[in-house]
Amino acid sequence: MSTSAAEPLLELTNVNTFYGQAQVHFDLSITVGRGHIVCLLGGNASGKSTTMKIILGLVKPRSGEVTFDGASLIGLTTPQIVRRGIASVPEARRLFADMSVRENILMGAFVRNDRSAVTQDLDKMLTLFPKLGQRLSQRAGSLSGGEQQMVAMARALMSRPRLIVMDEPTMGLSPLYVDRVLELIRTINQEGVSVFMVEQNASLALEIAHEAYVLQTGRIVLSGPARMLKDDPRVRDAYLGGPEAA
Amino acid sequence: MSSWLDYTINGLIVGNVYALVAVGLALIFGVSRLINFAQGSIYLVGAYIGWVAVVQLHTPLPLTIIFVAVLAALVGLIIERFGLRPLQNSVRIAPLLATIGISFVLDQLVMLTFSPNPRALPSQLPDVRFQVGGGTIGPLDLLIAGVGITSALLLFVFLRYTRLGWAVRAASQDRDAAMQMGVDVNRVNQTVFGIAAALGGVSGLLVGMYYNQIDTAMSLQATLKGVVAEVVGGAGNVPGAVVGSLLLGLVESYGVAVFGTSYRNLFAFLLLVVVLVLRPNGLFASARQAPPEPLTGTFIAPSRPVRIPRWALAVVTAAFAVLPLLPVSFYMLQTLINAWLLGMLALSLTLVAGTIGQVSLGHAALLAIGAYTSALLSLTLNVPVGLAIISGGLMSAALGTILISPSFRLRGHYVSIATLAIGEIVSLVILNWEGVTRGPIGISGIPPLSLFGYDLISPASVYWFAFAVMVVLALLQARLLGSHLGRSFRAIRDDDIAARAYGLGLNRYKSLAFIFGGFAAGVSGGIAAHLYSYINHETFNTQQSILALTVVILGGLGNVVGAIVGAVALVGLPEVFRIAAEYRILIYGIVLLLLVRFRPQGLLGTI
Amino acid sequence: MGQPHAPLLSLRGLTRRFGGLTAVDGIDLDLAKGGLVSIIGPNGAGKTTLFNLVTGLDRPDAGEVRFEGEDITGLSPERLAGRGIARTFQLGRVFGNLSVMDNVLIGAHTRLRAVKPAVPVIGPLLELGLALLRPASVRDEEERLREEVKAILGRFGERLLPRIDQPAYSLSYANRRRVEIARALALKPRLLLLDEPTAGMNPSETAEMQALVAELKAEGLTILLIEHKLEMVMRLSDRVIVMDEGKKIAEGPGEEVRGDPKVIEAYLGHGLSGGAEQESAA
Repeated sequence: MSTSAAEPLLELTNVNTFYGQAQVHFDLSITVGRGHIVCLLGGNASGKSTTMKIILGLVKPRSGEVTFDGASLIGLTTPQIVRRGIASVPEARRLFADMSVRENILMGAFVRNDRSAVTQDLDKMLTLFPKLGQRLSQRAGSLSGGEQQMVAMARALMSRPRLIVMDEPTMGLSPLYVDRVLELIRTINQEGVSVFMVEQNASLALEIAHEAYVLQTGRIVLSGPARMLKDDPRVRDAYLGGPEAA
Repeated sequence: MSSWLDYTINGLIVGNVYALVAVGLALIFGVSRLINFAQGSIYLVGAYIGWVAVVQLHTPLPLTIIFVAVLAALVGLIIERFGLRPLQNSVRIAPLLATIGISFVLDQLVMLTFSPNPRALPSQLPDVRFQVGGGTIGPLDLLIAGVGITSALLLFVFLRYTRLGWAVRAASQDRDAAMQMGVDVNRVNQTVFGIAAALGGVSGLLVGMYYNQIDTAMSLQATLKGVVAEVVGGAGNVPGAVVGSLLLGLVESYGVAVFGTSYRNLFAFLLLVVVLVLRPNGLFASARQAPPEPLTGTFIAPSRPVRIPRWALAVVTAAFAVLPLLPVSFYMLQTLINAWLLGMLALSLTLVAGTIGQVSLGHAALLAIGAYTSALLSLTLNVPVGLAIISGGLMSAALGTILISPSFRLRGHYVSIATLAIGEIVSLVILNWEGVTRGPIGISGIPPLSLFGYDLISPASVYWFAFAVMVVLALLQARLLGSHLGRSFRAIRDDDIAARAYGLGLNRYKSLAFIFGGFAAGVSGGIAAHLYSYINHETFNTQQSILALTVVILGGLGNVVGAIVGAVALVGLPEVFRIAAEYRILIYGIVLLLLVRFRPQGLLGTI
Repeated sequence: MGQPHAPLLSLRGLTRRFGGLTAVDGIDLDLAKGGLVSIIGPNGAGKTTLFNLVTGLDRPDAGEVRFEGEDITGLSPERLAGRGIARTFQLGRVFGNLSVMDNVLIGAHTRLRAVKPAVPVIGPLLELGLALLRPASVRDEEERLREEVKAILGRFGERLLPRIDQPAYSLSYANRRRVEIARALALKPRLLLLDEPTAGMNPSETAEMQALVAELKAEGLTILLIEHKLEMVMRLSDRVIVMDEGKKIAEGPGEEVRGDPKVIEAYLGHGLSGGAEQESAA
């Protein structure tokens, strides 16, 4: 249990969320330790993406607390939350399709005012994602899914975040890119950025995560250090249904 | 002197003016997916601010332009802050209705301040023409071209090289993603409204100078032209809006050259309808786009309608039926007759806008078709009035549905634009088709209402006639809503994709809704024609369409009883409070704004 | 796939591109009458796009869809509904302001006969007239369908019947899914496409849904199923098709597919196929 001893960076406590009259989260509590990779596993419509939206202030919980670095995020707007040091890699990338790759990456630094350092960071991104170098002036919408994922990650890093939240970063990617993405998440994390990722692909996420939570119809049904959950048959039972699954 | 070159220059100059309006619309649409119907009002405000500056303050031209731009931008900021920002989390129909309300309020404020009479707006430039090839060009033409090109350059630099400009572009491509980059979308909206308003205001000033005349009717025309140009170029596409504007200017100018001035607007609206039907995403959009987003539950607010027991409705109906037997004033009966006529129109609109979700802004056209049909049949063919009115209803149902059918494949705000344009087309055809409609002279001496050979002259008999017709139409509509068609219409409104997946053809059911609704509106127009005894192309105008829409929102979308309650309230209350006629439209606009903000489901709730 | 028994549904080379992305890439599929084929694959693999192509909500860039031996490629969704193809939607598309009863009645729309006479040209006008006049035949038909809807809702136990007059927007996610399935059943489909019917359901609700789908299959209904819950897929399917990046990467009986390393790689993740080693090599 040594991994969970890390000081909490992001904490959700007893969050209850509703869409209209339908309840999406039931007393959801999640902790992301400083310097950790934490993944939230669950099937479609289990409330995973809504958790991302709660953290980013795109959806307001009806009750409960969300704190980042000890300070509450409740009531802050999304831009204010981003300025606190949380960057996001949204589901399905969500690039600015008609802007160039370069402009997309630089949009990630929108909250920063240190122009020269931003230029340096852009160069750094090109060493981290060498493939993007030749694509800089291309329309972002014309890239393949894997390349778009690279742009989305570079864009998120450009704000020099303390925490990156990612919504299904491997969705729709070919195995080669899946490996690249996972490797990059590790690299990013080793440079001191905490990561909170929502994933459907349990085995993948558990490979690189420190801790994991399993979400089922809005409730956390299982949580713990990733290496312990990795071999726990209950993980896949929880959302892939039944012990027979693989 | 009327060389082709002249027409080309004129077309490009007018196109430049449209571009100033359309670019603003495109910016706003890009960022908030909203067609800002108040854009023309800002243009109007700009023209009048310019008039104050030129005629009363005697400012030099550069100062006039800056003065107009700054004040118009201020108006834009106020609209964004107080009119639209509170609606950010409302249903999609809300901001559209709000800009319509704002537009009416602004236009009326200008009218009340400056009177509706046209004013001259001198150009402050020397009146000389330079010979260019076979045509001529004047300093004002050059000024307009200069302002247009300068604005385009400034806008390009802003969008391409400034932080805020990047934020605008990012927000217009993906609002949520932009927020997640730290973009403050409120500030982006503000910026965009400020720029759009400044450009729109300056455009109003320039047009005023160009024609040396300004009046309050400019507003709606400007909105329409701007929207046409913007949609032709592709909604939200800023360079597209410029090209669309120039194209529109040329089409109009050449159209005028061939057919004459009164056809100018007809070409603009026909262009719009053609583009909407053939290329709804504009001339420059890529051919195939990703499948459209669902509209489920986002177009109108879910609500639990107020259920009024049948006996209560019966009692109220009976009370209104015996009213003329009581000692009531002629004036009160007159007011209620107007309410019943408006009620019929509202029944029609609540069906198409509420039940099946096609927010029509051209509904007065259905009145006009019914009125002209009934009037002409009774006058020229001596058809009995009762039969003529029914024929008017049928004609409205048939012709109205055919005319509106190009809008059936559109959704959301586009339907409103298309119906608005179709309404204008009807009015222009009436104006220009002199052989049948008697053109601008109108039709006079329409025989009074009569039934089975007996003229209905007394106010009480007219009251009973109108009331009875409305009650019958309401009962029929209630019966319709209770049938499989009622649920089919509502299903299409709630989610047209799921509806199609279950076999509901959109054309078929939208047609049926317009046929039924068109009949009610046509009958209302027919009765009105015989009541007024004189009609012309302006009798049934956009103001009535908007009034009907306000009634429908007030009563609750799709709500039959609500439509009638709303009509009585909006016609009756101003009478009760003795509000002068010129303030009424202002009040309707304010009522619409307050409803959208505080009670979007209306008094009796959406059905 | 023998000649005498042509499959009820067959797809050949079905392809759909969005910009640079090929969402559905040359998919072939055969579904026999009374069969149940499941499509599995990670999110973003193109499963829902495939459904959209089959049900006419989207048109393929290439390829062919045949239903009961006829080419139905690119037909409108309303025509396909008329031919007996019903579907549910992944995100749940109920008609929010309509009651549960009305939602399911919409499912029976293509079966209306008395009120929707098949007369060319003036058919729609007759429909309007009959809706207003409501002769006995129309009333009977409506009454019969209402009874039928109640019977369909009864298949969900006490989940929906007590809420029959409530607007759909007031229902829980799981109940909205059930309303969608009830609506699809009201069409009396010849082919039913279910897009993740158990999304957002807990294990006991999932088990209920699985039992229902098994029942439908036993009744002879032909079903194409998108599902993530493998237990359910293994239990129910005659055959399983695995999609990844728009392509079919495996097809066969459940057991066989489950052992296929390609499938494990794409769907279940690299951890199980030793992908961690490749990771550092990439």
